[in-house]
Amino acid sequence: MKKHISKEQVEHVSWLARLELSEEEKKLYTQQFNDILEHFNKINELDTEKVPPTFHTANLINILRDDKVKPSLPIEEALSNAPKKKKGHFQAPRIL
Amino acid sequence: MSEVKIGLEVHCQLTSLKTKLFCHCSSDYRGKPPNTLTCPTCLGIPGAMPAVNRRAVDVAVMVALALKCEVSPTTWFFRKNYFYPDLDKNFQISQYDRAGGVPIAVNGQITFTANKARKKVHIGRIHLEEDPGKLFYQGTIDTSPYTLIDYNRAGIPLLEIVTEPEFQKPAEARVFLQKIRSILEHLRVSDGTLEGSMRCDANISLQGGDRVEIKNISSFKDVERALGFEVMRQRDLLKKGMKPIMETRHWDEIKRVTLGLRVKEKEQDYRYFLEPDLVPLSISKEQIEKISRQMPELPDSRRERLMKEYGLPEYDGEVLTNDRALADFFEECTKIYNRPKAVSNWLMGDVLQCLYSLEVDIAESKITPQHLVEMLTLIDNGEISMKIAKKVLWDIVKTGKMPSAIVEEKGIRRITDDSMLNRFAEQVFKENPKAAEDAMTDEKAAHYLVGKMMALTQGRADPEKTNVVIKRKLEERRRH
Amino acid sequence: MEIKKLTATEIAEKVRNQELTAQECIEATFQRISQVDEKVRAYITLTKNQALEHARKIDQKARKGEKLGRLAGVPIAVKDNICTRGTRTTCASKMLENFTPPYDATVIRRINAEDCVIVGKTNMDEFAMGTSTETSHFNPTHNPWDLNRVPGGSSGGSAAAVSSGEATLALGSDTGGSIRCPASFVGVTGLKPTYGLVSRYGLIAYANSLEQIGPIAKTTQDCALLLNVIAGPDESDSTSLPQQPPNYTDSLATSLQGLRIGIPKETLGEGTDSNVENAVHNCSTKLEELGAKCQETTLPTLNYALAAYYLIAMSEASSNLARFDGMRYGYRIDDDDLDWSAVYSKSRREGFGPEVKRRIILGTYALSAGYYDRLFMKALKVVTLIRRDFDRAFKSFDALITPTMPIPAFKIGEKIDDLISLYMCDIDTVPVNLAGLPAISFPAGFSNGLPIGVQAIAPPLREDLTLKVAYAFEQNTDFGKKSPNL
Repeated sequence: MKKHISKEQVEHVSWLARLELSEEEKKLYTQQFNDILEHFNKINELDTEKVPPTFHTANLINILRDDKVKPSLPIEEALSNAPKKKKGHFQAPRIL
Repeated sequence: MSEVKIGLEVHCQLTSLKTKLFCHCSSDYRGKPPNTLTCPTCLGIPGAMPAVNRRAVDVAVMVALALKCEVSPTTWFFRKNYFYPDLDKNFQISQYDRAGGVPIAVNGQITFTANKARKKVHIGRIHLEEDPGKLFYQGTIDTSPYTLIDYNRAGIPLLEIVTEPEFQKPAEARVFLQKIRSILEHLRVSDGTLEGSMRCDANISLQGGDRVEIKNISSFKDVERALGFEVMRQRDLLKKGMKPIMETRHWDEIKRVTLGLRVKEKEQDYRYFLEPDLVPLSISKEQIEKISRQMPELPDSRRERLMKEYGLPEYDGEVLTNDRALADFFEECTKIYNRPKAVSNWLMGDVLQCLYSLEVDIAESKITPQHLVEMLTLIDNGEISMKIAKKVLWDIVKTGKMPSAIVEEKGIRRITDDSMLNRFAEQVFKENPKAAEDAMTDEKAAHYLVGKMMALTQGRADPEKTNVVIKRKLEERRRH
Repeated sequence: MEIKKLTATEIAEKVRNQELTAQECIEATFQRISQVDEKVRAYITLTKNQALEHARKIDQKARKGEKLGRLAGVPIAVKDNICTRGTRTTCASKMLENFTPPYDATVIRRINAEDCVIVGKTNMDEFAMGTSTETSHFNPTHNPWDLNRVPGGSSGGSAAAVSSGEATLALGSDTGGSIRCPASFVGVTGLKPTYGLVSRYGLIAYANSLEQIGPIAKTTQDCALLLNVIAGPDESDSTSLPQQPPNYTDSLATSLQGLRIGIPKETLGEGTDSNVENAVHNCSTKLEELGAKCQETTLPTLNYALAAYYLIAMSEASSNLARFDGMRYGYRIDDDDLDWSAVYSKSRREGFGPEVKRRIILGTYALSAGYYDRLFMKALKVVTLIRRDFDRAFKSFDALITPTMPIPAFKIGEKIDDLISLYMCDIDTVPVNLAGLPAISFPAGFSNGLPIGVQAIAPPLREDLTLKVAYAFEQNTDFGKKSPNL
């Protein structure tokens, strides 16, 4: 069967998506992805050279809103779901 | 001479807009307690959706016209996907110029004067995007065990202006940025004095080599310093036979160096695709014409007008209009004082120098048109000398006191009273008998006496009158 | 009066007339829930106290003679990917197990304004990614008709709750069939509106360009009633259509005289269960009795819809789910000695289930440099071809009918490891989402005691045609009148 995606590619993409995978997951997913992509390959049977992509489902343009201030969330609500907070800030791990 | 190519990516906050780009939160975030200007949309709460601020589009079009760009008839928003703690959604809603994307305007240009030479730089594109939140550390980014996030700034409207790599000297980049700021201020869409309202990334290559990107430059002065440092660093490498590698370097404003990242960055891939929660923007010719008609006076037009109305040379016009507050200051002065060239000379010379040393903008400083005009009037009336005036100027800018008050306080009014001058002259002659003797025949000694008198009066003696008094005294002596 | 047997339309009228109190309705519903939900497991969160409080307020209004809303006293179940302020909204994921939204979705504000009473948040496939409600982090939901079988997905909890009498109405969401599929498997009626008809503000996004919130009920009239309340422009949703919608309960009629109905042959034949195919044929016969003209037709690009759907949905999902990093909300690992990138990666690893992780990674891949054109853009071009096929079909036909699902409900655990087989179940529903069309699934038969649904598809903003077909069929058959033995 044609190989569509390699384990290295799965590793790179899982880094791009910040999703750590175990070795077993990497192996399993690589195999599953190749099955799936083989199936999706079907769309290459269609000739779409002169076909424009459909970017938007409804034909709307210029949906805009006024530059008017409305009340923001009270800080307690803004922080209400934060697993870690400090002095009114969201707390994240160190950068480096 | 190594062929230097510099390009800039300038991020300008549209500070005149009352709300953020995609939500109704107030955009007035400076000085507010953290996370008090947020909503489900700018916090990236699941299920929340963006809604475009219509004024932002008008403003973007206006800036595009001012930069002589082609406004795109249809434009849309894209997602730029990457992870970082300052992003509320781990993607930024921005615009793109590939993969079917079209930014709001392309192909513009700005002309400016740097080192007395006219230079034209092309604008590749300008586009709208949202500002991320702000990160804070305990200590420095290196040592902080955690990172604190304030999303008040998340979603603030930004206009990104990208130039072609046509700058050849760091100073050109600085002047260009001043001009952009002046244009935005003349259009009244952005207040350049607000901290962080204009930020810049630069890319630089020498001799056609790989491009180095420099991030984290927070002031215009730093742009020139960072680029200057980088040119030197790359030249050094080339001299040693090494090639600068393509990388991103951070400007350290304290050490004043660019730093390469210690760990090799994995290849970033932003996976741009159309923002599915927004629809395309269509900008009609009528809309463009309307915005064009309502556009305020731009720096270039103002320069022409200042030259015409006040008889200023082009150089003066250019320097004054490079800073809207400076040009406004100039025009205010001319309303109450009728020697525009004098005003211009003082502004371009001592005033700017003073402000530069104190690291303060004219808009933020204590000097007003009333101050300058009063000072010039004091000079005109002979009450203070030019030399004294320069010192008085520093006090004005630092304290905001009126010049007449300063002069009184320090007792530095010019001495013009004859009897006082005579007494001082007597003292000089008494204290310098040999010179007094020599001066009757020797011109040089006479000058010496004049100098002594100036020193004795701490420069306050009117020079012309001093000359006259000394000469008279010498005449008297000769007759005896 | 058995409240369980009343429709939403009837309850609302009786509560307005004070023949019935809202409290009675809600209490009866919770009694039913306590009887059967242990077996069905339709709900993730029950909001009994709030519901009774709300019911009491409605009854107070009624006693004072104040005007009551169009859904007065009606118990409704809400899919757990629709934000309800103050009530946790989990998307059936460990990632959002303790997430309580600080705001209501627009549809929630609208149903509250009509005095509808939310009794709880229902189970679903994790982040709406699935066709069986088996990927829920908590537990699967069981089909009320056969507790060993799946109720369909991803709005399995919502549909099952309606089917088992644990709610009179439900809200679901449909990205690739997630309302229609469970409606078909549990024998109720579910409608996916035209893209943009119902606001998505507050719907936790899976694939933004494909999904809609829609009504699930036992009768077509109830679906139309709920649709009346939730449809319409919303300035918080820039993709919501600006025009005021018509009154959908007005479009219910029993004569289909002159209606031209097409049956795409690509949705029958190989891969479709014979009982399902029979149900479609019997349905078309009945529709002809009622005045319609049915004819086979062909939409060749339908065979490519599945691949295009998954590529687009996974790509959008990979971006929509990037926000779940444990900083502002959501699951976060306990280790502080790591840098931000490691904490993100590990938290997401533990917070998401395998199907979600697979779709995020594949979606990221489809958007990545070198693959964007070949995969994502190619899919968008295929969408254009699919829309052209539908446009062409709607020149000759007013509506199309197809099976909703190619098979009846399968056993729990039967397909969970066979990804391709599971994805293939969506084959008849996904083309509708790609083209943004309205479609309804209504009960049309049984296969060994398991419900079979037929799908009616109409051109954009022609919900009235889908409702018309479903209503006429419903009034002249009794498939929808049957209830599971619970």
